[in-house]
Amino acid sequence: MSNWDKFLDSFFNARVAAEYLPKIIDGFWLTILLAACVIATGLFAGLVLAVLRAMGIRPLNWLIIFTVDLFRALPPLVIIVLIFFGLPGLGLEFSGFAAAWIALSLVLMAFAEEIYWAGITSVPKGQWEASRSLGLPFLVTFLLVIMPQAIRLVIPPLTNRTIAITKGTALASVVAVPDILGAAQAGVSFSFNPTPLTLGAAAYLLLFLPVVILGRWVETRFAWKR
Amino acid sequence: MNDFLEAFFSWEILSEAWPILLDGLGQTLLLSAIVIPLGAMGGLTLALLSTAKSRWVRWPLIAYVDVFRALPPLVLLVFVYAGLPFAGLEVSAIGAVAIGFFLNTGAYYGEIFRAGLESVPAGQAEAARALGLKRPQIMALIVLPQAVRNVLPDLVSNTLEVVKLTSIASVVAMPELLFQARQAQSVTYNATPIMAAAVAYFILLWPLVRLLSRLENKQLASRR
Repeated sequence: MSNWDKFLDSFFNARVAAEYLPKIIDGFWLTILLAACVIATGLFAGLVLAVLRAMGIRPLNWLIIFTVDLFRALPPLVIIVLIFFGLPGLGLEFSGFAAAWIALSLVLMAFAEEIYWAGITSVPKGQWEASRSLGLPFLVTFLLVIMPQAIRLVIPPLTNRTIAITKGTALASVVAVPDILGAAQAGVSFSFNPTPLTLGAAAYLLLFLPVVILGRWVETRFAWKR
Repeated sequence: MNDFLEAFFSWEILSEAWPILLDGLGQTLLLSAIVIPLGAMGGLTLALLSTAKSRWVRWPLIAYVDVFRALPPLVLLVFVYAGLPFAGLEVSAIGAVAIGFFLNTGAYYGEIFRAGLESVPAGQAEAARALGLKRPQIMALIVLPQAVRNVLPDLVSNTLEVVKLTSIASVVAMPELLFQARQAQSVTYNATPIMAAAVAYFILLWPLVRLLSRLENKQLASRR
């Protein structure tokens, strides 16, 4: 067997691919489910924090800033490991899926709050004052006056950050979640052939390449006018 | 409360585990010192190449950057570490980490540097040329400093992400901070070492997060 044949037999082995493709496809859906859960809870929690911060209660704001800093400074894998291996010591058992969901949501929450906040502060103060003089309550002002103006500014960084954190779903494989990477790694150790990893990489490209290209488009679409 | 302290902040466990945690912290710093310059250099090279006029140069570069931004870093790392031996290439853990990180962070740094270069008005290079500066001089002395200044928050942010990302090297048994903490945790059945590692990461990176917040606000204020 020539070197090239050996290479093909290792990384593009049709028999192994056929055997493990269903597992990778299961992993594919699981990755999408985890990503969707993380995006929904993370972006929502970030928005809630930003609203709370906009109310301008000093001690509460310090707490929010500290929380945001904390989850921006900690590596996501450390948070996942802490939840999965640490909390059972307190009698709190989480599945790997739940641990990854909570951890990545906290990280996305922190980054999203920071971005929303930057958008909110970019809206001139006069907008708040005008809405107040018109008698609009806080939440109405926030959602109908401030947010629509801030959102244009917020969308490009928020898209990119969400993509980056969503890719972190692969970390769930470390706590035994059979997502794409988890399924691929299991496939490699059973078949002693790296073809499942090739499939896994292809699955991630299928999932994230369009998203990355979308992110690129969003960046030019909402670009700063200079 | 006592249960909580015992599970996460046990002095007894910490006093036993701290030497290997310190070891791990050293490895994390060493790893960062290797992969950050490597990624930044790779990224700068990509960005400079992508200023080429020919689309036969630019398009493959864009494809390269997008592919390696689309693959999760952990997937790249596992592929390099577990896959390459099958191709007859044995790589050490640190070699796999260096290659995987180079591919991933190089693409990110490349995208940031490219945005920076594009943000410098063409008039700057034209003026420099009118003054008789040569091409490398124009790039190094006129365009690049302004480009870096314009994207400084993104560069700092990416560097922060890279330091955090070194924690995934634990998956390929690199004895960095998280790996050592996991080892200590599995021996003692106590989460204190992991908590200690988290605290160490936080102390290490909090100043960088604060700096970043300040840079981002300043940038925003200048754009308003």
